[in-house]
Amino acid sequence: MTTPDGPAWAHAMYDALRAQGVTQIAYVPDAGHRVMIDRSLADPDVHSIPLTTEEEGVALLAGADLGGARGVLLMQSSGVGNCINMLSLTAGSRFPFLTVVSMRGDFGEGNPWQFPMGRATQAVLEAMGVAVLRCDAPEDVMPTIQAACTMAWGSGEAVAVLLGQRLLGAKKF
Amino acid sequence: MAQLKRIAGVNQPPATLDRREAVPALIERPADWLVVAGLAGTAQELCAMTDDGPNVFGLGGAMGAGPMMALGLALSQPTRRVLGITGDGELLMNVGALATIALMAPANLKLVCVDNGHYGETGNQDSHTGLGVQLDRVASGFGIPTVLTINTMAEIEEGRRILAAPGLAFILLRVKEGPALKKPRSLRPHVVRDRFRAALLGA
Repeated sequence: MTTPDGPAWAHAMYDALRAQGVTQIAYVPDAGHRVMIDRSLADPDVHSIPLTTEEEGVALLAGADLGGARGVLLMQSSGVGNCINMLSLTAGSRFPFLTVVSMRGDFGEGNPWQFPMGRATQAVLEAMGVAVLRCDAPEDVMPTIQAACTMAWGSGEAVAVLLGQRLLGAKKF
Repeated sequence: MAQLKRIAGVNQPPATLDRREAVPALIERPADWLVVAGLAGTAQELCAMTDDGPNVFGLGGAMGAGPMMALGLALSQPTRRVLGITGDGELLMNVGALATIALMAPANLKLVCVDNGHYGETGNQDSHTGLGVQLDRVASGFGIPTVLTINTMAEIEEGRRILAAPGLAFILLRVKEGPALKKPRSLRPHVVRDRFRAALLGA
């Protein structure tokens, strides 16, 4: 279901992350994350942290963990490439890590510039030790987010949840 | 050997401070802080100053991570004083972090850049700051509310005052090239992470 306030799955994802104790939400803006960003800005108990580049968020979440807080990084697939070396901090220090990635260069993409990084997103994450889960339908989102939270904060793993363009809808050109 | 040209029209006093004296004089009691220290010189000296203490997370890689780690830590521990200390090379690698930090402006966070104008770990090549880039002006332009540049030992007292007062601040400590204080430290980052959390959180 999609309302003027955005799809129900996006609101459910925000609520689930808050219920898991997430208090730092960092992002480089993307249309696919609009609900999460807007909810975080309106939430007095959350630090809503806009970044100039995605690798800032990888380091931020490591610092949050040092202080006992939980955070999530929202980015577009193009930003995954910006994070590569910074993910050595996550892997080497065994920081728990959760990112939600809105895909471009994916199902129905109309902008050819998006394909190189879109195709490489999963491989790049896995090469840096990040487990990759994927959502392509609204009913995928909640079980996938719950699984990702357990992997990150139960097991201390690094996890990415990819939101495919079949779920988000491809941007029109 | 051929040299890069300095940026025309930038006049700065020569850097004369020895970091082995200036950094301990500025920080005074490192045990009072939660510290994220960037590679390589500042991580070495903060670990040396604390005997590799559990309140210091010193980077040995992931260049550019230091200031944003300090922000995440400061936001998660608002009642503790957090020090992000790093060099000019690491700060330049992710300089946009200063813009993000200025936006969030946690009152318990202080940033110190020990600027030696060189890439000390890689053959002492000139860094951009050694050729005229002024990170104090960058910090001011990004909106950090309090910015101090220290060129002399006499100016350290003002730096101490700023570190003791509440509010986000950036201090540029200009030092000459030369070694940092150094003692053996753990280069196993998962050990450093676990002991930091155990000391702070008991977990």
